[in-house]
Amino acid sequence: MANKIWTTVGTPEQRIDAVEKSTGKVRYVGDYSVPGLMHAKLVKSTQAHARITSIDTTEAWKIPGVRAVVTGEMFPFHIGPILADRPPLAFEKVRYYGEPVAIVVADHEHQAKLATTKVKVEYEPLPIVNSVQQAFQQDAPLVHENAGQYTKIIDNVYPKSGTNIGSHIKIRKGDFDSAWASCEETITANYSFNLSDHVALETRSTRVEINPAGKVIVHSCSQSPFTIKKVLNQFFNVDVGNILVHIPMVGGAFGGKGTVQLEPLAYLASKAVGGKLVKLEFDREEDMITGPCRIGLDATVQLGATKEGKLVAGKYTYLLDSGAYSDQAAGITRAAAIDCTGPYHIPNVWCDSYCIYTNHPFATSFRGYGHPELTFAVERTIDQLAKKLQIDPVQFRILNGIKPGHTSPTQTGLTANNIGDVEKCLNRARELIKWDEGQKIEIGKNKVRTKGISLFWKTSTTATNAQAGAILTFEADGSVNLNCAAIELGQGTKTVLGQILAEKLGMDMKKIHVTMETNTQYDPHQWRTVASSSTFLAGRAVISAAENAIAQLKKTASIVLQCTPEDLEVGGGRVFLTPDPTFGVEIKDIAIGYTYPSGHSIEGQVVGVGKHVQRHLTPMDEQTGFGKPGPWWSVGVQAVEVELNTRDFTYSILNAVTVLDGGTIINPMTATQQMRGGMYMGLSYATSEKFIFDHNGVVQNTGLRNYPVLRYGEQPAEYLVEFIETPAADGPFGARGIGEYGVIGAAACLANSLSVGTEVELTQLPLTPEVIWQAKKVEKQ
Amino acid sequence: MNIKNKPTKKVIHLHVNGETHEAVVRASDTLLCTLREQLGLTGAKRACEDGDCGACTVLVNGEPTHSCLSLAVEVVNKPITTIEGLLNSPVQSAFVDHWAIQCGFCTPGFIVNCHALITNHPNASEELVEEWLQSNICRCTGYQEIREAVNNLLQKSQ
Amino acid sequence: MIAFDFNYIKPATVAEANQTYTMVHDQGDHAMYFSGGTEIITRARVNELKVDTVIDIKEIAECTVMEVQDDKLVIGAAMSLNHITNSNLFPLLGETIKKIADHTSRNKITIGGNINSELIYKESVLPLLLVDAKVKLVKGTKEKIVPLSSVFDKKLKVQAGELLLQVIIDTEYTKLPYASLKKTRFSKVGYPVISAAAIVKDKKIRIAFSGVCEYPFRSQEVENILNDSKKSVSERIEKAINSLPTNVLDDLQGSNEYRVFVLRNMLYDIMEEMGMGE
Repeated sequence: MANKIWTTVGTPEQRIDAVEKSTGKVRYVGDYSVPGLMHAKLVKSTQAHARITSIDTTEAWKIPGVRAVVTGEMFPFHIGPILADRPPLAFEKVRYYGEPVAIVVADHEHQAKLATTKVKVEYEPLPIVNSVQQAFQQDAPLVHENAGQYTKIIDNVYPKSGTNIGSHIKIRKGDFDSAWASCEETITANYSFNLSDHVALETRSTRVEINPAGKVIVHSCSQSPFTIKKVLNQFFNVDVGNILVHIPMVGGAFGGKGTVQLEPLAYLASKAVGGKLVKLEFDREEDMITGPCRIGLDATVQLGATKEGKLVAGKYTYLLDSGAYSDQAAGITRAAAIDCTGPYHIPNVWCDSYCIYTNHPFATSFRGYGHPELTFAVERTIDQLAKKLQIDPVQFRILNGIKPGHTSPTQTGLTANNIGDVEKCLNRARELIKWDEGQKIEIGKNKVRTKGISLFWKTSTTATNAQAGAILTFEADGSVNLNCAAIELGQGTKTVLGQILAEKLGMDMKKIHVTMETNTQYDPHQWRTVASSSTFLAGRAVISAAENAIAQLKKTASIVLQCTPEDLEVGGGRVFLTPDPTFGVEIKDIAIGYTYPSGHSIEGQVVGVGKHVQRHLTPMDEQTGFGKPGPWWSVGVQAVEVELNTRDFTYSILNAVTVLDGGTIINPMTATQQMRGGMYMGLSYATSEKFIFDHNGVVQNTGLRNYPVLRYGEQPAEYLVEFIETPAADGPFGARGIGEYGVIGAAACLANSLSVGTEVELTQLPLTPEVIWQAKKVEKQ
Repeated sequence: MNIKNKPTKKVIHLHVNGETHEAVVRASDTLLCTLREQLGLTGAKRACEDGDCGACTVLVNGEPTHSCLSLAVEVVNKPITTIEGLLNSPVQSAFVDHWAIQCGFCTPGFIVNCHALITNHPNASEELVEEWLQSNICRCTGYQEIREAVNNLLQKSQ
Repeated sequence: MIAFDFNYIKPATVAEANQTYTMVHDQGDHAMYFSGGTEIITRARVNELKVDTVIDIKEIAECTVMEVQDDKLVIGAAMSLNHITNSNLFPLLGETIKKIADHTSRNKITIGGNINSELIYKESVLPLLLVDAKVKLVKGTKEKIVPLSSVFDKKLKVQAGELLLQVIIDTEYTKLPYASLKKTRFSKVGYPVISAAAIVKDKKIRIAFSGVCEYPFRSQEVENILNDSKKSVSERIEKAINSLPTNVLDDLQGSNEYRVFVLRNMLYDIMEEMGMGE
């Protein structure tokens, strides 16, 4: 496969969704309306932790148009993707500010909204758990009294009753204690930062109806249509086959639309009005606070090395702020442990990764699934240790970079096929950022230019049975419809899958019609569109479906051409004899079967089916973490150059570099888009974004006015993106996943750069001038 | 006019994309929700309803406006242009050609704003472009491709 | 989506606007003048504000003027921030209000609305206080022109139903040397950590601030200190920081101590820019 010259794979084919998107005609889920559509609005908690003493809905019912009010007692059960610990509507008590407490359903949205202001909820305040450090203490108030009794939905989650620990994952590799004692140079450093938000431009939105036949029809902007089915089945007793989920194009997700929150609420709302079609759409403030957000982290990293600079021992304590419910934070806790070291060869590793409950909004997956956060802590520590050892930071990373033949923290063997090339990435990034011209350059009074670098990796911790399927139907003009359940979130997956199919069929991209909407009733099962897994899983399924279709094409053609299928090849819209390509048949003439002049017909339509399932993945051992959690590791390096004002600590980002080894790149431009956009997102997070809590655990910045993100002109002057393409043997055309990677190293390289410029070790995010000023002040004292 | 009465819905006429449309609105309905729910023009997106993100940008009298910060009743008799009214704007093809579109949700607002910018200031300086486009948030692209698209249009007009 | 409804009236004359206000008021209902309306709409959406009737002043001729009449620059209250900036009739005002919100919003936000804002910043007030601007207020048949400083104390203090019609500025002030600085947390678009405007008249600096205290202000005491050429610049600045009207603000945009740090730097920059050194 690898020796063939490709025609579509590796070329920047135009995105198939771009023209339609440029006209504003794409209908996202919230753009749909129909007479009779009912509207649901939420009553939300005004307290971060409180007992609900009463809910009075009398006045709400008096608002014209109100048809139902749903409260927590109507569904007093817990749901969740990993640990079932979250009631869709709070009952008995609330655990975060903004938590859904009741739903009002009305004819018009404004009526429903008005009625929510009339629902009177009485609370009895409880002590607030306002940080992971506080939550971790012995006598801390409990967010969940009996976390240990919640139902475990999947493996590798270990809640502890009587504590705020939602899960605890351990890595024990080698003998840390002895190795640490023998280290000639060590460093211990602590980092912390708050929860933050995805801010996908499209807020979460769904509509649900229950038809008279008992079918539950869901339209949503979700990364997980089949998980919606699973949740409605597991917790609401609807037969899986009776749940139909439709997903149109999604207006950005970044992991935030992977969890299932709105759909059960809209289902309860629809049920309350006799199954009528009900829409539930979050306002921005709800999307940020009521909906799940991004984890916070407190990390302590200890690294020990020989005086020559060889890393010997590493200890990592990660306290993840999961907020009020574990949701995907329990999985991120695991992912952070699996890749705790970053891409370094460290023989002795000890990691305790904790999912900690607090009275903050609950966290879910965010692009990078814990890796941007741990990379910030690890890469800052690597820089500090390199400084102690007086070794150039890039050289130190090359010296200790992980390679084939080493093992990961979970003791997975690494081979040339399952890990990218650390050294190549480092060397290329060093050239692109012009590292050797100097890490710090004085350019005037109070002005310096400094560079920072970060190295990162990630594996995709998919379910061990994560899978995807694809169905190809051929049209009478010889073109092909591609149906699969990979969701188009903006990452360009539908274009990339179309390219893989075009390549495999030797067909023009114009002849490939990729269905943009996902419909669980006729698309094959796909795990979810998360974890940078779609190119790999769905790409493999598309190849398998193409092979299946090719076999059918050859069979029909062999009858028409009176030869054996083995004599034939497919390409250029034809099936032809290998030795004599002029002798063949057009695909259009056999696409829906071949009809002889007599009218007799054979074979019928070509329908290609294909699938791919992860293989040889295992859960982790509870005591040591031993196991094979993911299929491969993509590795990358990021770097920035900033211009810093050393007087007031304002700065601008001049250049940004990403070098990624993501295996074969199917579409260099969509891949570049992902890297630039990812790096932007990481830099926005690193410079500007976090939730601010008051002492009552109430979020102070619930909207974009007070939760600033980087705007046009504040991005680096240029993002340089390059790929090292070490093929993954089992990926489609050698591709690995890349969707999340652009974000992972951004905060770390920015912090490394600013630490050099300000001459203070920066340990917090976001790196606003005020945070830097504060760090300088503390250092002086 | 009898303001003693409770507010009631009223019929208004909006001049949108060169056509006059009838809409029945509450005075407190924003232009954004009127365009979307009454006229079916859903290109302007509801994303913050606070004037912070620019996804709902339309032109009123040729000026970019957050349609979430305007009442429908305020803009009666004023020409309104939405993304649906931009037919073959060079901005649209520039965004496509320069990879400035990913999820597409911010795209209509960005394109409408850029269209007004290019129309009013075909030789806009980088500073002016920045001033105008800081009104819109894109969460996918990192803005480099958008900058390339706009610069390309400015070069063409020079 | 605003949950409640209100009446919307768009009078053509000042008299009609005043009458409408009085009528609504007399019924026991709440009326508000509505100019750009951005703040009314956003606050109503989150139920921070309740109103029964809004009176849109954008069709009233006096509210939409912007011209030099003799030696006065007259700006109608309903003039959008971008129109004021683009006119270049008063560069300091134009530059200061150019830093409010974002460009698209400034097509809608008006100067009258900004002066009347419930927010603590109201940056358009800063240049107006420096140039001893006057305002034309009208209630019923009573029209008055008074110094802005006589009706602006932390916020605009007008009687119920009194309408801010125009801002009036002596054109001689519009040509004075000036400085306008704003620092934000990080992104340019956002509320200020501190925003300051300054002019020099008769070799004396005049300076006004937003984001330092819970309201925009110009302080005679601070100006006297900064103009005390017998002292070194750093002495003046330290003394000025210790002579602010109230404690320095401590909120989401910046802590109290950080704001002092930013203010100090900003004062050095302004003193230098305005040639106010020893």
